[in-house]
Amino acid sequence: MHVARLIAITWWFQLKQSTKAGIFVFTAIIEPLIFATLAYYLFKAGKQPGTLLYAALSAGLMGIWSATLFGAGGAINYQRWQGVLEPLIAAPPPYLLVLFPQTLAASTIGVYSLTSTLLWGRAVFGIPLHFVHPVAFLLAVAVTIVALGVLGLVLGSSFILYREANALSNMLEFPVWIVTGAIVPLSLLPGWVHYLSWGLAPTWGYRAIRAGALGGNPWPGIGWALALAAVYLLIGEAILRVFERRAREKATLSLV
Amino acid sequence: MAAIEAEKLRRTYRQTSGFVRRRTKTIEAVRGIDFEVNEGELFGLLGPNGAGKTTTIKMLVTLLIPTSGAARVLGHDVVHSARTVRRNIGYVFGGDRGAYERLSGLDNLRYFSELYGVPPKVQKRRIPELLELVGLMGREKERVEGYSRGMKQRLHIARGLLHDPPVVVLDEPTIGLDPVGARELRNTIAELAQAGKTVLLTTHYMYEADALCDRIAVIAEGEIVAEGTPTALKSVVADRTVVEIEAYGLPAGALERVRASPGVTSVSVEEREHVQLLLVQAPKGLELTQQLLGCLGDVRVGRVAAREPTLEDAYVSLVTGS
Repeated sequence: MHVARLIAITWWFQLKQSTKAGIFVFTAIIEPLIFATLAYYLFKAGKQPGTLLYAALSAGLMGIWSATLFGAGGAINYQRWQGVLEPLIAAPPPYLLVLFPQTLAASTIGVYSLTSTLLWGRAVFGIPLHFVHPVAFLLAVAVTIVALGVLGLVLGSSFILYREANALSNMLEFPVWIVTGAIVPLSLLPGWVHYLSWGLAPTWGYRAIRAGALGGNPWPGIGWALALAAVYLLIGEAILRVFERRAREKATLSLV
Repeated sequence: MAAIEAEKLRRTYRQTSGFVRRRTKTIEAVRGIDFEVNEGELFGLLGPNGAGKTTTIKMLVTLLIPTSGAARVLGHDVVHSARTVRRNIGYVFGGDRGAYERLSGLDNLRYFSELYGVPPKVQKRRIPELLELVGLMGREKERVEGYSRGMKQRLHIARGLLHDPPVVVLDEPTIGLDPVGARELRNTIAELAQAGKTVLLTTHYMYEADALCDRIAVIAEGEIVAEGTPTALKSVVADRTVVEIEAYGLPAGALERVRASPGVTSVSVEEREHVQLLLVQAPKGLELTQQLLGCLGDVRVGRVAAREPTLEDAYVSLVTGS
């Protein structure tokens, strides 16, 4: 009970404090609109009007990943800069119970990206928001948020040990967009990339979101995204435990 | 049973430099120290900057793993029973960082209450009590980024006490505070000890240690050079007298001449705005004033006085090994 309460409160606390940062407006709302606008014109140039909702969804999914990636690592670095990381580590709960809801909050912020992108597409470009399986679409979004949050946990744990892990974030933004099929359909990519994609939970989440919106069977995607998220959680817990101990050995928790 | 025990506690840091030819340098921050703090005691760890105080504290609160040796809090090992130690200890550090700045003081206290498993009903009672104790009542809904340095430090104290820990560790809590704020904080620390908590305090302010602590350990260059009650530590220099000389611009070599002067056991200099205050320790009964003034040459001299040694003089003597 205490664990569930702590996760829920940390998630809410992180959302509250992230949304008080001015940069949040840019990264979570404005940036996806830029993606959406570019995607709209690219797809329009391809003369396939039926794919406009696909384009809007793709831009939103790119925004969710950006929000998760920079939010997860940024949360730890922000805490280090504010001197909060040490009190958090010195508190009794395992750090997993603090970091996981924080990365979950980062991916939740990505929902703003998806929503603003879809509304922008509807208002500015007249893209019809007709969802084939609305309930499955919403469920797929929720599952994708969890899957991304757990992926953010695995990547974010490196920030505990390395103060300069931002380089890792910068490096991972674009490749994950490509490999998960957020930008272009996976069928256009070389065969070996598919193996990488199948191991990434967001690939399945995105597939389910698209199936929910555009038609198709969303349930396998939802199931695979959840299963992979559970595996990531176990991996993240193990990595975090090792990295936290190494950070206490190497004295990298504080700024200096 | 001692509330805090350190046995041959040692911590080194490795620093690497160079890109192609990596060079590793090992720094001995804490060199195998031993000390015990009894339950209900207010114990001071006193030392200059870089002496190893904060490193020692961070090992005790489980933020750093000792390189060797052991430490226990209420009998629990800080490495193997870290979570139990964390539940029993309140950690308060100095400085104005350490809180979620964009959120209010109240938000910070509520969140850390959750982290320490304080039930919601208890939170409703304890948070206002602590806000009252640290003098932040009425300002708790303001963002922390608008707090003064003193308010932030008082917020740290409140946070450290949320789970009503039996052991409280305060790392230079009054650093940078104005005199009134520092005095109020010292009163709060004294109240903690009166309430039966075990308090470990690090400071480099002598009067603070003298006024608050039951016992003090003086740490210098990672080693404990003396331990005892403030009165016992003062007795180290009880057979000495201290001559204070105000000098306006000490010439090169004057300090060395004073140091080499017969009978002088220790010399230190405090830089003040336009004046240097020379503190010279010498055996009691030895009249050195004229001899010392002779060493200073033509420098303009202000007030000259002899006085009884204080804890600060004992500290200077201990950390300089004179």
